[in-house]
Amino acid sequence: MPFGNTHNQLKMKYSAAQEFPDLSKHNNHMAKVLTMEMYERLRDKQTPSGFTLDDVIQTGVDNPGHPFIMTVGCVAGDEETYVVFKDLLDPVIEDRHGGYKPTDKHKTDLNPDHLKGGDDLDPNYVLSSRVRTGRSIRGFCLPPHCSRGERRTIEKLSIDALSSLGSDLKGKYYALKNMTEEEQQRLIDDHFLFDKPVSPLLLASGMARDWPDARGIWHNDSKTFLVWVNEEDHLRVISMQKGGNMKEVFTRFCTGLTKIEALFKQKGHEFMWNEHLGYVLTCPSNLGTGLRGGVHVKLLIPTLPQFSRVYGNFFSLFKFCGVDTAAVGGVFDISNADRLGFSEVELVQMVVDGVKLLVEMEKRLEKGQSIDDLMPSQK
Amino acid sequence: MPFGNTHNNFKLNYSLDDEFPDLSQHNNHMAKALTKEIYAKLRDKQTPTGYTLDDVIQTGVDNPGHPFIMTVGCVAGDEESYDVFKDLLDPVISDRHGGYKATDKHRTDLNHENLKGGDDLDPNYVVSSRVRTGRSIKGYSLPPHNSRGERRAIEKLSIEALNSLGGEFKGKYYPLKDMTDQEQEQLIADHFLFDKPVSPLLLAAGMARDWPDARGIWHNDEKTFLVWVNEEDHLRVISMQQGGNMREVFRRFCLGLKKIEEIFKKHNHGFMWNEHLGFILTCPSNLGTGLRGGVHVKLPKLSTHPKFEEILTRLRLQKRGTGGVDTASVGGVFDISNADRLGSSEVEQVQLVVDGVKLMVEMEKKLEKGEAIDSMIPSQK
Repeated sequence: MPFGNTHNQLKMKYSAAQEFPDLSKHNNHMAKVLTMEMYERLRDKQTPSGFTLDDVIQTGVDNPGHPFIMTVGCVAGDEETYVVFKDLLDPVIEDRHGGYKPTDKHKTDLNPDHLKGGDDLDPNYVLSSRVRTGRSIRGFCLPPHCSRGERRTIEKLSIDALSSLGSDLKGKYYALKNMTEEEQQRLIDDHFLFDKPVSPLLLASGMARDWPDARGIWHNDSKTFLVWVNEEDHLRVISMQKGGNMKEVFTRFCTGLTKIEALFKQKGHEFMWNEHLGYVLTCPSNLGTGLRGGVHVKLLIPTLPQFSRVYGNFFSLFKFCGVDTAAVGGVFDISNADRLGFSEVELVQMVVDGVKLLVEMEKRLEKGQSIDDLMPSQK
Repeated sequence: MPFGNTHNNFKLNYSLDDEFPDLSQHNNHMAKALTKEIYAKLRDKQTPTGYTLDDVIQTGVDNPGHPFIMTVGCVAGDEESYDVFKDLLDPVISDRHGGYKATDKHRTDLNHENLKGGDDLDPNYVVSSRVRTGRSIKGYSLPPHNSRGERRAIEKLSIEALNSLGGEFKGKYYPLKDMTDQEQEQLIADHFLFDKPVSPLLLAAGMARDWPDARGIWHNDEKTFLVWVNEEDHLRVISMQQGGNMREVFRRFCLGLKKIEEIFKKHNHGFMWNEHLGFILTCPSNLGTGLRGGVHVKLPKLSTHPKFEEILTRLRLQKRGTGGVDTASVGGVFDISNADRLGSSEVEQVQLVVDGVKLMVEMEKKLEKGEAIDSMIPSQK
């Protein structure tokens, strides 16, 4: 792979125009933001671990994007990427995270007691609830850049921390490369198993190197708390359960994360975090809380033609409340759209309140009643 | 992508055992050759352009291989890779190229007049004839490693060189990124178009970066001489035509290559070559001549004969399907080409194809008549 800094210096023999990528067919955040002037200014820089501008943007150069889906088109190779390449990443972050400014401060709130309600979403409609986030371990390079030695150390530290968890968080680690067929089948059935990435977005950034070395899945015995090690981020932490008790899911999420963080700190390792960007993760889209909290909810009536004729695209309303939606077979995945600029509690609150409202609307519509008075306004 | 030299030095903080790849499930030449001792010795090295050991082996780490197909599992990022990492690459080369030693000398012979015969392969059997090779332009990094600036410079030089060709070589360049739909369809119909690599072997080595920037296809008006720019090598040069006149194909091949080389030399960018490894290419399997010369030939009876594989081996030939490497034969038509690349010259390799195919067509004719071919089975060439 090319992005040696010796090679980066060698590239300086070529002019900025000669090295500047052709982004004429591209539609991603990086391509929108990267100018020749910016490229010229940043092209000779490197982070302390040797990540360069071309490393940051390669995935966006190789994946022009889609007319309707705005991908990010750039990744971080280490914590310092967000500083050394801020001229590029700040505008990308601003564009992606609703106008978040370089001077803005991000709030972290992982106290589940601050969540109001959320324990009573109707399980006749809300099939399951889930909250996930990512964490990066300070002092190590991120998945696009880390070496086998770094990745194995991250795995070892993670196994150490996770195996000290007790009571309802007590669980077991399954290394991808040592998995038995039986274990693999069970993890697939539980929808826990992650596979070698096939997305060209991830492959182009180098995250699949050395697969499946030092990758694995940890979950607790009750299968409600799951950690992915060395996939797209150092750690992906997921709390989930059937039904609508988002409060419980979020409480377990916060408790688990806090415990894991304490265990890492005991060994002298913190999570990457700062007061501007919150938790630092590989993809700029996951900065801040890195949190996607949501439910699978059965909602039939809004998809009926007679309804959409009157109310239009029902779910686009919920973008105003900060929730995102996708549907498979009448079951909608509703989650928060934001990551940065709101705290964990605030984002999960949006989901809880939004879903509660949706279910109420569904019930009204089932009874043939109007929902005009329930329509949400911009949050 | 990670293999920064700053990062390479950083990696030295981790022990040999921490960084050594897990090759327990692997079956490729790199995995066979790479020991912890070799890794320890080479891990802090870099070529002048900054290519490191981890860069060389990444494709082999990411692609464990197949129990039956021995892939190479390593690539060069520049000319100096073969030098700086010789402790790994020499054993790989030896294993891949029939015991070729670190002290051996390679012969280059692109004088088409030295080929005997080859103009009379029976076109009732030999459907088409083709010779291809690769060339790397001195002073630039290779496809796994080069930057956009380098790749574009290679394209520019190549277009200049190719556009100055005249006579039977007069032709046109089609850059991949500016192609019209019509041009694209024509090139597909002619079987000239190459696509963004999908093979994980190539992707893991970084050869598809910035696609389709600075990639293109040049061919002469008669569609018998074709050059791919910036695919798996800087240049892939192909001479081909329908029927069995391999002599003519090889003549055009040698002549065209010589002309192109002259033009590059005028710009002080000759081809990468040395007397030990011959022509230097990205994949160690293509060193030497980089030449694959072959035919599409109808051998429905011979191909089902129990001794078919043995005959091929003795003739120093290999078979592929009609789609090229890793494809299947369709309708009894096989792609038969030389198996060797390093340690014999271009003329010698094409001679083996010409003589071998001639023999196999005779065998096929015998089998059609219900006669035995035992007396025709060749000794090991």
